[in-house]
Amino acid sequence: MADFFAMHGYAAYVWPAYAVFAIVLIADALTPLFARRRVLREIDSRQRRAASRKPT
Amino acid sequence: MNPLLLWFHKLGSPPYFYRFAGRWLPWLYALALISGCAGFYGALFTAPADYQQGDSFRILYVHVPCAWMSLFAYLFMAANGFVALVWRIKLSETLAMASAPIGAAFTFITLVTGSLWGKPTWGTWWTWDARLTSELVLLFLYFGVIGLYHAIEDRRQAARAAAFLALVGIVNLPIVHYSVIWWNTLHQAQTVSLLGPSKIAPSMLWPLLTLAFATHVYFFASLLARTRVALLELESGKDWVRALLPSPETGHG
Repeated sequence: MADFFAMHGYAAYVWPAYAVFAIVLIADALTPLFARRRVLREIDSRQRRAASRKPT
Repeated sequence: MNPLLLWFHKLGSPPYFYRFAGRWLPWLYALALISGCAGFYGALFTAPADYQQGDSFRILYVHVPCAWMSLFAYLFMAANGFVALVWRIKLSETLAMASAPIGAAFTFITLVTGSLWGKPTWGTWWTWDARLTSELVLLFLYFGVIGLYHAIEDRRQAARAAAFLALVGIVNLPIVHYSVIWWNTLHQAQTVSLLGPSKIAPSMLWPLLTLAFATHVYFFASLLARTRVALLELESGKDWVRALLPSPETGHG
C-alpha cells in the first residue's frame, strides 16, 4: 500500500495532478449550484418588491 | 414536419429545455461519476507502469482526457456560437456561453497536469513548445470569450459578440491538434488515434477511453446545469419562471 502511494518516486507529481483534476471539476460542479441559489433569490426578491408596490 | 425536427424545435424553447435538462441532469452526473471511478481504478491499479516513464505516465490519464475535452468544448462552443449568430437562437447563445467556463477548466487542468508530467520527464515545468503554447493560447481564448460576455450589459448582444470571438478563435484548434506533426516539438506525438490502430497496450488503453467517456458525460452534465441557471436569469420576467417560485403573496399572508 505504501508502495502504491509512493508511485515509485513519482508521488510528488502524480498525486497533485489527480488532485488538480478533482478540485477544479468539483469547483466547476458547485458553481451552477451556487449561481442557481443566487438567481432564485434575486427573482424572488424582485417579485416581492413588485408585489408590495401593487395597490391592494 | 418530421418528428425529430419537431422535437429539435421544441428543445429550443427555454421552458422545455429547462425541464428536459432537469430530467437528464442526475443521470448524467451519476454516469460521469461511475465511469470516472471505473476509469481511475484502471488508471491507478490495473494499468502497468510504463517501461520508460514508470508511474509518472499515470498523470496522462487525467491529462489526455482533459486535453481532448479542451478542444471538444471549444468546438461545441464555436458550433453553438455559429448557430446563435446565423439563426439567432437564444438557446444556442446560452449553450455557447455555458460551455466556455467548462472548457477553460479543462484547459487549465491540461496545462497544470502537463506541467506536472513535464518536470520529471523533460526536466522542466514549462517550455515554449508549439503544443504547449497553442494550448495556452486556447486558455486565453476561453478567457477572452468569458470576459467579453461579461463586459457587455445586454446579455444577448454580449453572447453574440463573444460567439463571434469564439468563431474567430477556432483557427487555433487545428494548430493545437497538428502542432506535434507540423513542428519539432518536445511534446510526444499522439498515441491514440480515432482512425487507424492506437499505439498503446489494451490494458493501458481502456482506462484512458473510460475516462474520456466520463469527462464527455461530465461536460454535458455541467453544461446542462449551467444552461438551466442562465435560462432562469435570462427569462426571469417570464411566466414559466414565476411559476417555478412560490407566489410572493403567500409570503405576506
